[in-house]
Amino acid sequence: MTYKTLNVDVDSDGIALVTIDVPGKSMNVWDADLMQDFANWVDAFLADENVKGAVITSGKASGFLAGADLNMLGSGGVGGAPTSKKEQFESAFTLNSVFRKLETGGQPVKALQKGEAFAKPVAAAVNGLALGGGLEIVLACHHRVVADNPKIQLGVPEVQVGLLPGAGGTQRLPRLAGLQNAAMLATQGKPIDPATAKAQGIVQEVVPADQVVAKAKEWVKANPKAAQPWDKKGFKFPGGGGAMDPRAVQFFIGANAMAQKETNHNYPAIQYILSCLYEGSIVPMDTAIRIESKYFLKLLSSAQTRNMIRTLFINKQAAEKGEQRPKDVPASELKKVGVLGAGMMGAGIAYVTAKGGAEVVLLDRDLEYAQKGKGYSEKIVEKGVSRGKVTKEKGDELLARITPTTDYDDLKDVDLIIEAVFEDPDVKADVIKRTEAVIGKDVIFASNTSTLPITGLAKHSERPDQFIGIHFFSPVDKMPLVEIIPGEKSGDKALATALDYVRLIKKTPIVVKDTRGFYTNRVVPPYLNEAMLMVAEGIKPALIENAAKSLGMPVGPLALTDETSLELGLRIMNSTKKELGKDYKPSGVEDLLVKMVEDLGRKGRKSGGGFYEYPEGGKKHLWQGLSEYFPVSKDQPSLEETKERLLYAQLIPASQCYAEGIVHDPQSADLGAIFGWGFAPWTGGPMSHIDTIGVDAFVRKAESLAQKYGARFNPPEKFRDMAKAGDKLYGKAA
Amino acid sequence: MTEAYIYDAVRTPRGKGKPDGSLHEVTPVGLATQVLEAIRDRSEIDAGEIEDVAFGCVSPVGEQGAVVTRTAILNAGYPETTSGIQVNRFCASGLEAINIAAAKVKAGEADLTIGGGVESMSRVPMGSDGGAWPTDPTTAFKTYFVPQGISADLIATKYGLSRDDVDAYAVESQKRAAQSWKENRFSKSIMPVKDVIGDVLLDHDETVRANTDMQSLGALNPSFAMLGEFPGFDAVALQKYAEFEKINHVHHAGNSSGIVDGAAAVLIGNEEIGKKLGIKPRARIRSMASIGSEPTIMLTGPEFAAAKALKRAGMDKKDIDLWELNEAFASVVLRFMQALDIDHADINVNGGAIAMGHPLGATGAMIMGTMVDELERSGKETALITLCIGAGMGTATIIERVN
Repeated sequence: MTYKTLNVDVDSDGIALVTIDVPGKSMNVWDADLMQDFANWVDAFLADENVKGAVITSGKASGFLAGADLNMLGSGGVGGAPTSKKEQFESAFTLNSVFRKLETGGQPVKALQKGEAFAKPVAAAVNGLALGGGLEIVLACHHRVVADNPKIQLGVPEVQVGLLPGAGGTQRLPRLAGLQNAAMLATQGKPIDPATAKAQGIVQEVVPADQVVAKAKEWVKANPKAAQPWDKKGFKFPGGGGAMDPRAVQFFIGANAMAQKETNHNYPAIQYILSCLYEGSIVPMDTAIRIESKYFLKLLSSAQTRNMIRTLFINKQAAEKGEQRPKDVPASELKKVGVLGAGMMGAGIAYVTAKGGAEVVLLDRDLEYAQKGKGYSEKIVEKGVSRGKVTKEKGDELLARITPTTDYDDLKDVDLIIEAVFEDPDVKADVIKRTEAVIGKDVIFASNTSTLPITGLAKHSERPDQFIGIHFFSPVDKMPLVEIIPGEKSGDKALATALDYVRLIKKTPIVVKDTRGFYTNRVVPPYLNEAMLMVAEGIKPALIENAAKSLGMPVGPLALTDETSLELGLRIMNSTKKELGKDYKPSGVEDLLVKMVEDLGRKGRKSGGGFYEYPEGGKKHLWQGLSEYFPVSKDQPSLEETKERLLYAQLIPASQCYAEGIVHDPQSADLGAIFGWGFAPWTGGPMSHIDTIGVDAFVRKAESLAQKYGARFNPPEKFRDMAKAGDKLYGKAA
Repeated sequence: MTEAYIYDAVRTPRGKGKPDGSLHEVTPVGLATQVLEAIRDRSEIDAGEIEDVAFGCVSPVGEQGAVVTRTAILNAGYPETTSGIQVNRFCASGLEAINIAAAKVKAGEADLTIGGGVESMSRVPMGSDGGAWPTDPTTAFKTYFVPQGISADLIATKYGLSRDDVDAYAVESQKRAAQSWKENRFSKSIMPVKDVIGDVLLDHDETVRANTDMQSLGALNPSFAMLGEFPGFDAVALQKYAEFEKINHVHHAGNSSGIVDGAAAVLIGNEEIGKKLGIKPRARIRSMASIGSEPTIMLTGPEFAAAKALKRAGMDKKDIDLWELNEAFASVVLRFMQALDIDHADINVNGGAIAMGHPLGATGAMIMGTMVDELERSGKETALITLCIGAGMGTATIIERVN
């Protein structure tokens, strides 16, 4: 038999070496071809008396197998097909069924348990990363040999896109490594290295890379009669399992609470993983894998999982690979980057740039400042070294790439400029002029700003087509999103270079229109204002904060306001007022801001406290004095109502940005929301969420909120039209 | 409908529920057997007249498994014709068993029954029977499961009960229990437990501490703060009770019910059987009720169970002379008093489980006996007995003194 994705080579001992090599892909993944080939091979292998055993390995240098093809799953997968539940189940059960056949050798379990029958031995020879379905096929082998390389990642990361390991991972991991280890791996999705996997009992041998196949064959030859431990008589879960073992009971009671604490009931995948572990540890393997496939199918057919796969995986990768990049511009070579301004932003930009591998010229008007800016990188590196996250050597190399300077001449051979000086048009104008005087004629000038329009700044440039805006978030080394803002005259090369740069520093870019606040800063202030309005109305601050967390926001809006500082909020409000004059539309929080900042001196976290108190060495807590000035009213809204209001306070401005073309597509709106301000990732982003609830339902809810709370909740006209037409943001297919 | 009367009530003293407790050497079947023997013998009736026995038991596994009631019936030398059932309504099991026994009489299914309960917490620890509710992710997530101590602290948080409030309540409970023992208020019901050679092992409630004061309680650390933090039950509770920033942990061993061993039995029958056997009814059962309530705060059920029992009896709360609410945690009683506006002088007049302990399956039957005795002692007319229950339930029974 011939296969598209497998090479099968039987040696003189009758041992088949099965090499997985999916053509046309840099990395092996479970796609329809491989699934079909593998199922066919298992049947052929079990039927062929001349083949005594098998070793499974990969033909890719990039790794063993990276899991399922998420594009296949995200496009609706088995769950989306309009078939009966039974057919959907059988489809979801495919790999489980094949793997089970392989590990039992097609023999009845009772016969295996009694020692009357055996499976043909199968060993995995793992030469590189094995993730998700890639690890699950390894687990289904009787013996597992992994190359001795600490960089090899072994894990089940499905949870990160709202799925669970659905090819036996939730059943074989606990049977090999115990419930606790299995739960850690599957609910957090973080990979482990081969040594850890061996210590946990997940793999048996860690050997030099060039010996994995030989060692695996050796084992197959020496063990002609195989059976998994769980198919042998008297099998017990390591560390206890089932519903009655006190260790398992304690584990589940604790894990259930921890999972609820972590997920706020927003991620069914984590609950279902625990359910697979719990229910699966009570029943034998054949029942257990059926239970697993049913929970897998439940997730796969949910809108939430499809949204998460689409935004957090497919669209994120597409954006990072340069989806928005003008295709005909050749790739830029960014060997040396000039970073202007060594303040907090510049220092962070210097760090991520050096980390991305480029040389950095970090310029400030004072050498002390410039050196202090490099000091930021030194601190991060030092911390990383002390925690073992980076080697001293690599850290030193990174730091050596950053050169602090005050001399503009040092910029003469840079490939790109990132300007991050003080947010003042005059200061920026001066820096632009002095820089353009020394840099190469074709070097792109990117200006980091969160407030100043790029087209305006570009007027100070002699080469406005090479000028572009790039909006980093603070702290730069931690925040994953970057907004790219082409000005009116920015050319294709400017956009392409900016996107190439973002790729270099491994962040997620979205391209947005040049308007006040761009995208994220158009949405976040109204959301934070809504929370402050709620305080002013007498809604309990704890309810506001807990409602946001319940929604899936990483922190409450009042805590976030404290971080960004109320003082800054007041300053922006005052300057906006001044700028817009009689066109200024009051937000309703003016009095609160004045009261908090000017009367009460509660300016925010850095100024000693705002909505919260920050006791030294203790946990922050809401400021008790708040209710004195903003009395809590007797009637409080329900949690659901509060959540809805905070959700729509983000959905409405986000939808306005899309309607106005500030973000060009739903993909960018979703990515920007999740990675820019931490919008609840379980939704897949605001546009995905609107699709899930239905554009029509969204419009109606927004209108009812507008009646109750004010016109700011009115949905954009475009969305009303879409509702009428029955359109979806992502189109009908996705 | 036929009326159900209480003819008698007995209970064991409560022994400390640890290996060094006085009743630890007695099997749970032994405890249940001794109360069944006592209630038969002191009424001087033929046990063949007792048709059915319902006993509460909350951890019905191991030596409390396999319908401990039927085992005890046979062990007590009752005729084989007396049937037995084991009842589990968590902490209200003993009272629920009485209600079932009474319901059988009222419904005309039986003339004479026993309701009661048994729990040897020192021998079959709490939680021995496992259970899906906290363990199975499906149910733990759906119900926002937290342990009872967290719920009790949540009640304190929600209803503004301070550490001083709950400690002061506990001090008073100890004082009342000690005083009641001093005045022999429990003597009608107490039946000393004997060992296998017939010697008395325990004749008084073992855990009462007359000298408990605010200072001694103040030295105790809150018991549930750590569980609240890790694995994070506080966060789970606050996901449902989102109006609070944090949980105020006020409960500890000194203001929560004690872990003890014990058993109790209450003889229930219709009017005719009393006449036939020549025994006098002591109280009439006016009404019975069970309800479900919010399971995360869990322990607020008595308020609603009491309201339902009052309604079914056609009574008003003013018609109740004495209130008895199991002292699972101090906040449970304080919240109940707050909700129904009950004076501390009218509730748990002889102390409660904070002082004397809470043998899970038996407590409901024990406090029923306490109330029958107290109505007779004080000459008062009516009493409402209720308990808070795991997973958010409440059971209540109203009785009325007959002579």
